[in-house]
Amino acid sequence: MIYFLCFILFSIGIYGVLVKRNIIKLIISTMILNYAVYILLVLMGFRWQGQVPVFVSDQEINFMVDPLPQSMVMVAMIVGLAVTALLVAVAMRLYQQFKTFDIKEIIEIKTKKPEVDNNA
Amino acid sequence: MIDLYILLILMIIGAVLALEIKDLLSAVIITGAVGLCLSAAFLLLKAPDLAMTQLIVEIVLVIILVRATIFTDSRVQQTKRNYANFIAVLISISFFLGASGYVIAKLPIFGKPLMRISRTYLSEALSQASVNNVVAAITLDYRIFDTFLALVALFTCLIAIMALSRAKSKEQKTNF
Repeated sequence: MIYFLCFILFSIGIYGVLVKRNIIKLIISTMILNYAVYILLVLMGFRWQGQVPVFVSDQEINFMVDPLPQSMVMVAMIVGLAVTALLVAVAMRLYQQFKTFDIKEIIEIKTKKPEVDNNA
Repeated sequence: MIDLYILLILMIIGAVLALEIKDLLSAVIITGAVGLCLSAAFLLLKAPDLAMTQLIVEIVLVIILVRATIFTDSRVQQTKRNYANFIAVLISISFFLGASGYVIAKLPIFGKPLMRISRTYLSEALSQASVNNVVAAITLDYRIFDTFLALVALFTCLIAIMALSRAKSKEQKTNF
């Protein structure tokens, strides 16, 4: 049941990527997709009455949560940060060029670019 | 257990709000709230390293996104929605959610993880890597090659960002 909530979050991200036209909204949708995958992977490694996978004196191995998804998610998180920053850089560059975040307007401006150049 | 459900439902509500709200700055702030809920969920799932990393990543992302949106016209223009497109997307998402039932049936039951690989990591980490934190042992000792390739991707993205910002300044020099 709790996995299904992650899938709902993932489908909200897919909805945003497919329907929204504003570039900032698209970036937010990709961030939501990232979050859904992270929480799903970490949920798969959870154990009932589990403890943090750190060795202290009175800690048994059989009661630790799974550390492998956690380390995978930590690496994925850093890559996700870099990719999102790259997307934001591209979006700011597009805004400087076209003065809008709307994808449809950017395509319209690009299709009649000669007129824009003459006016400028 | 119930707190985990509450956090996930808060994340879903925040995601819907962030996508549907008209003001871009508010959408960015709500995304930051969703990330902080994710950080708290990591803390409940016994992953404190991930909680700290997510906190820092979220703050950096919100700062970058606010920088991108604060000097622009931050209202989304009200446009007519393409209803055929919208209905097609909703149908495909409902198919996706229906198919996710089969996927969930294949996944391990919540609370009883498959420990086939990580059991050896847990039992050997203290003697082989001499690190108390098993997540740090896996990230920095057993799977260092993964981390190395992730850093390669990180620096590639940094080079791309620097190239984009440099192209801006060169063009401004020639134009003005």
